[in-house]
Amino acid sequence: MTDRVEKLRDLDVFIYHGKVDIPDTYSAGTVGSRFLIEIRDNKRIMGTRCPACKRVYVPARSVCKDCFGRMDEWVEVGDKGTLLTYTVVHVPTSVQLKEPPVAYGIVQLDGADTGLVHLLGEVDPDQLQVGMKMQAVFAEERVGSILDIKYFKPAA
Amino acid sequence: MANRVAIVGVGQTYHRSTRRDVNQQEMVGEAVRAALADAQLSAKDIEAVFTSNMETFEGIYLPDHLMVDEVAAFGKPGLKVCTGGTSGASVVAEGFHFVAAGLFDLALVIGFEKQDTGDTTAAITASVTPVWGKGVATGAIGEFAKQALTYMQRSGAKEEHACMVRLKADRGACRNPYAHLRLGLKSVEEIMKSGYLVWPLRLLDFCPQSCGACALVFASEEKARKMTNKPVWIADLITVHQEPFRAGSFGDPTGLETYTQEVAAEKLYKRNGITNPRRDICMAEIYEPSNWEEMSLYEHFHFCEKNEGWKLVEKGITEIEGEFPVNPSGGVIATNPIGATPTIRVAEAALQIRGDAGEHQVTRDVHTAVATALGGPNWTVMTLLKRSL
Repeated sequence: MTDRVEKLRDLDVFIYHGKVDIPDTYSAGTVGSRFLIEIRDNKRIMGTRCPACKRVYVPARSVCKDCFGRMDEWVEVGDKGTLLTYTVVHVPTSVQLKEPPVAYGIVQLDGADTGLVHLLGEVDPDQLQVGMKMQAVFAEERVGSILDIKYFKPAA
Repeated sequence: MANRVAIVGVGQTYHRSTRRDVNQQEMVGEAVRAALADAQLSAKDIEAVFTSNMETFEGIYLPDHLMVDEVAAFGKPGLKVCTGGTSGASVVAEGFHFVAAGLFDLALVIGFEKQDTGDTTAAITASVTPVWGKGVATGAIGEFAKQALTYMQRSGAKEEHACMVRLKADRGACRNPYAHLRLGLKSVEEIMKSGYLVWPLRLLDFCPQSCGACALVFASEEKARKMTNKPVWIADLITVHQEPFRAGSFGDPTGLETYTQEVAAEKLYKRNGITNPRRDICMAEIYEPSNWEEMSLYEHFHFCEKNEGWKLVEKGITEIEGEFPVNPSGGVIATNPIGATPTIRVAEAALQIRGDAGEHQVTRDVHTAVATALGGPNWTVMTLLKRSL
């Protein structure tokens, strides 16, 4: 809706200021929900394996992008993995949950063939290096969100 | 000269108010697998994938990116289209044009909408032009309420006629296992008892919000003839645009503005030698968000003379067993996953030509059918399908 009408000083035009605010409800789906339940209840990170090409997807997906086959086989991957790449955000935005600096990385968990995007914590951004071993830190209170993994920290 | 294009595979999900068991892309994958199975193809055979929905209705942005794997689009060309209510027919046009141009031999065309993720009425209300529309828009229901009132007063149709259209739709839906509302309605009184949604539209006069998807496989002539002995040819397709907010976001029901349906129908009929639509075409699947709109559309598409749409209903001409069946599937008033709705019209018309519509197969033989779409930006799309060219 239009919240405010502004008359521009230098031009004979009106500017309407508004905000689109639409409620939404999203299902995590069958496969996504099972992936999250394993993390919430068992602190276990699971992937799905393609029966044709054997690729293990983490987060778990229902269909292999190469083979278009359904993936029904669930495999546990480790809570440790390798940092494939990373970045550090220095400017705050309205959609960022944490105050900067915030480090994000892509971690390939041991046993997975894909990378997982997540926050990096308990580390000085200057100490981050591609190829580092990382370990998942689980949240104390887990609710069925990807943030049930709090972040990945350098493995001991 | 364009190449010929055939529909060689049809698939749809069942339709419900909510599909909490799956996310958007998983739901769409169900229709894709059904269409590929119907065409006896594997995902690798498909060369291009075209998708459509109204993403603001779902609040999920770039859905075509999220569903690349589920629709077998990885590494393949294809675009998503979004043209309001006509999206699911615009994607048919898109696939038709690409295959007719000879760029692809096998293409997948998909319409979908998962309305349990968003708020369609809020999105439609917010999508009107900010200058003339903000604050005076009521979403789709108010638009069709105005059209119902105009039709009632102009044509002499009674509420009973609208109820008869609703009963016809429900009889079709009850014979269609994919339909959303299968109510088993028995009487005109039952419908008259349902409360007003937006006067004069009652709850049972208007379409539901559905979740669902529909996928079609398009083939070039050479491929189609090798693959199947039941190709359904896209004989012609027409899109007519008009700017929406002149006197209403779906058009001017007072008759002061042009009806895009009439422009589309007249052009389509002329270039295909159709002089008497009800004789030259065997049946229609039309986009009727309300029962009143169905009677009005009969007239705009020249299925009858002006002010006589309700007489077709009274005479049972548009029933499944009738001379010119309209929406034997139960239509939009029974099932409305918006982005999929026009695609379903084409799919259902194709199944009627193939003779594969199952329990809601019409009584008469269907060699030619028309599928239509209607959209908020006041657009009309008509697709003419034939058993042989």
